Amino acid sequence: MPKHAPRSDLLFSGSDWNFQTLSRTCDAIETIAKEQLHLDVYPVQMEIISSEQMLDAYSSIGMPLMYRHWSFGKHFLYQQLLYRKAGRGLAYELVINSNPCIVYLMEENTMALQALVTAHAAFGHNHFFKNNYLFQQWTDAGAILGYLDFAKSFIARCEERHGDAAVESILDAAHALMEQGVFRYRRPPKLSSEKQREGLRERLEYEERSYNDLWRTLPRTASDGKSDETHDSIAIRKKALNLPEENILYFLEKNSLILEPWQREILRIVRVIAQYFYPQRQTKVMNEGCATFVHYTIMHALFDRGRISEGTMLEVLRNHSNVVFQPAFDDPRFSGINPYALGLDMMQDIQRIATAPTAEDRDWFPEFAGTGDWRATLLDAWANHRDESFIRQYLSPALIRKWRMFLLSDTAEESFYNVASIHNERGYEKIRAALAQSYDIGTNYSDIQIVDVDLLGQRHLRLQHKVTDGVALENDNCDATLRHIQTLWGYEVSLEGVDAQSGAALYERSTRQMSE
Amino acid sequence: MPIFIDRRLNPKDKSLGNRQRFLRRVRTELKRSVQDQIRSGKIADADGEHSVSMPIKGTSEPSFRDAKDSGHRQYVLPGNKHFTPGDKLAKPNQGGGSGSSPGLQPSEDDFRFVLSREEVLDLFFEDLELPDMVKLNLKEILAVKPRRAGFSVSGSPTNINIARTMRNSHGRRIALRRPKREEVEAIIAELAGLKPDGADGAVRQRIAWLRTELDRLERRRRVIAFVDPVDIRFNRFDPQPLPNANAVMFCLMDVSGSMGEREKDLAKRFFVLLHLFLKRRYNRTDIVFIRHTHQAQEVDEDSFFYSTQSGGTVVSTALEEMHRIIRERYPSREWNIYAAQASDGDNLATDSEHCLALMDSEIMRLCQYFAYVEIIDERESEIFGSTDNGTSLWRAYRTVKDRWPNFDMSRIAKAADIYPVFRQLFTKQPTVPRD
Repeated sequence: MPKHAPRSDLLFSGSDWNFQTLSRTCDAIETIAKEQLHLDVYPVQMEIISSEQMLDAYSSIGMPLMYRHWSFGKHFLYQQLLYRKAGRGLAYELVINSNPCIVYLMEENTMALQALVTAHAAFGHNHFFKNNYLFQQWTDAGAILGYLDFAKSFIARCEERHGDAAVESILDAAHALMEQGVFRYRRPPKLSSEKQREGLRERLEYEERSYNDLWRTLPRTASDGKSDETHDSIAIRKKALNLPEENILYFLEKNSLILEPWQREILRIVRVIAQYFYPQRQTKVMNEGCATFVHYTIMHALFDRGRISEGTMLEVLRNHSNVVFQPAFDDPRFSGINPYALGLDMMQDIQRIATAPTAEDRDWFPEFAGTGDWRATLLDAWANHRDESFIRQYLSPALIRKWRMFLLSDTAEESFYNVASIHNERGYEKIRAALAQSYDIGTNYSDIQIVDVDLLGQRHLRLQHKVTDGVALENDNCDATLRHIQTLWGYEVSLEGVDAQSGAALYERSTRQMSE
Repeated sequence: MPIFIDRRLNPKDKSLGNRQRFLRRVRTELKRSVQDQIRSGKIADADGEHSVSMPIKGTSEPSFRDAKDSGHRQYVLPGNKHFTPGDKLAKPNQGGGSGSSPGLQPSEDDFRFVLSREEVLDLFFEDLELPDMVKLNLKEILAVKPRRAGFSVSGSPTNINIARTMRNSHGRRIALRRPKREEVEAIIAELAGLKPDGADGAVRQRIAWLRTELDRLERRRRVIAFVDPVDIRFNRFDPQPLPNANAVMFCLMDVSGSMGEREKDLAKRFFVLLHLFLKRRYNRTDIVFIRHTHQAQEVDEDSFFYSTQSGGTVVSTALEEMHRIIRERYPSREWNIYAAQASDGDNLATDSEHCLALMDSEIMRLCQYFAYVEIIDERESEIFGSTDNGTSLWRAYRTVKDRWPNFDMSRIAKAADIYPVFRQLFTKQPTVPRD
C-alpha cells in the first residue's frame, strides 16, 4: 500500500493560494536557491496587493512611497487606460531594491504564478541587487525607504508652506534634468541617515532664520572684484566651481544664486532618486536575465524533485515563454530587443559553454569553456558586469547565429539603411561591439556639461553639448529644458553644440535668444 | 521564512493626489473639452462620467532628447532572413511607425481618459459661480436618512443598546453559573461569624471549606465577566433613501432666427443646471422640450437645440402647448412640474397680455417653479441689467413675479448670470418637506 502517495510531496495543488502554501513554497525555493545556485540574498518581505494598488505603484515609478507630482498622475491615467483596454496586463510582481527586499505579489495571481514570481523576484532580482557592483557602489538599499519617506513628507511640508504651484515649478524643472542629475564616475555621497538629515534641516532652518541682508552689502575683498579676466582667472574660477560639471542638478543645487534652502533640498531629493535608479538603467538585460535564469532553473529543480505538479509546470512554462518571447525585426510586434530573452539566452549560453563547449567556444572563451563550473562563471558575471561589459564579454557567436542578428547602419540623410554586418565570421565582433555599445548609457544619452559661468558679471550659465556622430537634440524639448534650467538658475542659460571629434561649434541656443 | 504582509486592505487610490494635481494643471483644457461635450451632448448626459482626450498643452515633460532624424547610428536587430553585408533597405515612410527602427515607443500624449461625475460637475460649475452649498447639494447623489434596522454585533459605542446587551449578559451569567454577589457575601458573613482560634475540628473544617469555596467563587467571578464583549449589541441603522416623487421639466425656448449659437448655448446651460437640480431631488425626471416660433411644438432634444425655424414669435403658443401636455400626460397630483423658459425677449406685441393671463389662471397654479431667462447681448446688459424696462414680455412677466413667489426671472448675458434665477429654488432646498 503506498502509504505516502507521491502527491504528498507537492508544495501545493490547484491554483488557489494561501499564506501557508506561499511560505512553504518560498522556503522550498530558498533551499534550492542557496544549495544549487549559491545565491546570496537580502531578507525578503512579501507584500500582497490588489491590482489597483499595483497600478498605484506603477505610477509612482514603482516605489512604495513617493512625493506627489502631476506627472505621476498622468502616467497613472495612461497605465490605467492600457490596463482597462486589456492592451497590456499588469506585471505579476514588482520588486524594490531595498533591505529587506520588498516584493509585491498580486492577489489575482494563481499559486503557480506566485511561485514563479517568488523565484524570479525574491531570489533572482534580490541576488542581483545585493551582489552587483553597480548597486553596491551607487545605491544604499538599507536607506532608500527611509529616504523616500523623508522626501515625501518634506515635499508635502513645502507644499503647505510655499504653495503647490511653487513646489510644482521646482519639481518640473528638476524632473526635466533628471537625466543630467547623476554622478557617472564619482561616487555619490552616501545617503545620510535620518539623524543627519534632521541636522541638515535644522541647519537650513537656522540659516533661514538668521539670514541678514547686511552681509551681502559688505565690500568685496580685492581679489574678488577683478573685472578684467585673463585665462588664468577663468581657469581658477572653473576650478573653484569644479567645472566642467555634468551633473547639472548638483551644480544648480550647490551654486544657484536664487534658490532658497528648501528649493535646494527638493533638487537634492530628485537627484538622489535619479541616482538610485541609475544602476537599474544600466543593467536591464543582466537584471532581468539573472532573474529569469534563476526562476527557470529553480522551477525545473522543483519539478525534478516532485515538488510541483505537471499542471503547475505547464502554467509556469507558458508564462515563462510569454515573457521571453522575442519577435523578429520585421514582426509587427517587434519593439526592440527583449531584455528578458537576451539575458536568459546569454546566461544559458554561458551554462552551455561551461559544460559542453564546441571548438569555437573554446576559441572565444578560453577562460571558462569546458570548466563545468557554470555557477561560478555566472555568479562572477552577475557581480562584476553591467549590460555593456557583459555583452562585450560573453555574447557568443553561437548565440549571434541563433538570434540571426545583423547590424544596420542608419544615416539620417540617406533614404535607406545599410546592412553593415551579419552573423558570419567577419560580423561577430562588430555585432557584439555594436550591441554592447547600444547598452552603454554613456553613449546613448547626449553628453551635456556645464562648462562656464561668470558669477560676478552677467551670471551667464554656459552649457556644452558634445555632438557625437552628428546626433542633434530635439529643438522643442531642448528649448523647454533650457527654460527649466533658467527657472533654477535665474539668469541667462545657453547651450552650445560642439562636434566631439573636431571641436567645431555647430549651433548655439540660449534662453535670451528664445525670449526675443 | 520570509515576512508576509497583506496590503490588500490598505487604502487604495494612493495616487489620487497625483490625479488631482494633474487635473488642476490641465484645468482650462479639460474645461473646454467638457463644455464642448455638454454643448453637443444631451442635457441628461451632463450628469455623469465623461471621457476626454489627453490635453497636450501643459503636460509635456521635456528633457534633453536626441532627435531621431539626425546623425548616424547603428542598430543590432534579431531575425535576419536573407540579408548580406552591403544590402540596402529602403527606410519606411516618415511617421509610418514601422517596427524596423528600434526605440519607437507608443506616445503617451495621445490617449483618452475618463473623468468622474464629480470632476465633470466641478468643471461645469466653474464659471456658473454657484455657492459652495449648492455645488455640494447638486453633487450629492441621493438623500438618505438612517433608519433603525435591528441589532448588530459591531458598531460605534454611542449606538450600544444597553437593554439588549444586559439581557444577553444576564442569560450568559445564568448559563455559566456565575456566582452571585449574595452568595459570596453570605460566605464572607459566615466566615466573619466563625472564630478560627479555640474552635473544635468541625468548625475549623467548616472554615477551611468556606475559604476554598470563597476562593473558587471569586475566581469564577473573575473568569466569567459581568458583561462580556459577546453580549454587546448595537442598534443598527440602515441608510434609507428618502422617498422621492417624479418630476417633469419643461424646457421652453424661442427658436426663431434671432436666437443664435451663443444664445442657445447659454440657454442649454440654464436647462442643464435645472435638470441637475431636479435629478438630485426626484427619482425620475422627464424632460419635455417645447420650441416655439409663432406656433409651438413638442420636439426631441436634437431638434430643440439644433434646428431653426423661421416665423414670428408668439410665446403664448408654447405656454398653451405646455398646458395641454400637462393635462394629457403629467397630472399635477402625481408630478412635480418645473418649467424653464429661455427667450431673447421678442414677442408679438399683443401676445404678452395673453401670456400673463395664461400664467395667472393656469400655469403658475400647476407649476412648482417657473424660471424665465432672457438672453441678451453682453453690451445690452449694461443698459438693461438693472432696470425693469424692457420688452413687453419682460414687463408682463414682472407682474407674474410680483404675484407668484414660485416664479423667477433674470436677464443673462454670460454664464455667471444663470445662477441667480435659481437662487430661490436652491435656498428652498434644505427645508424641502420630507414626505
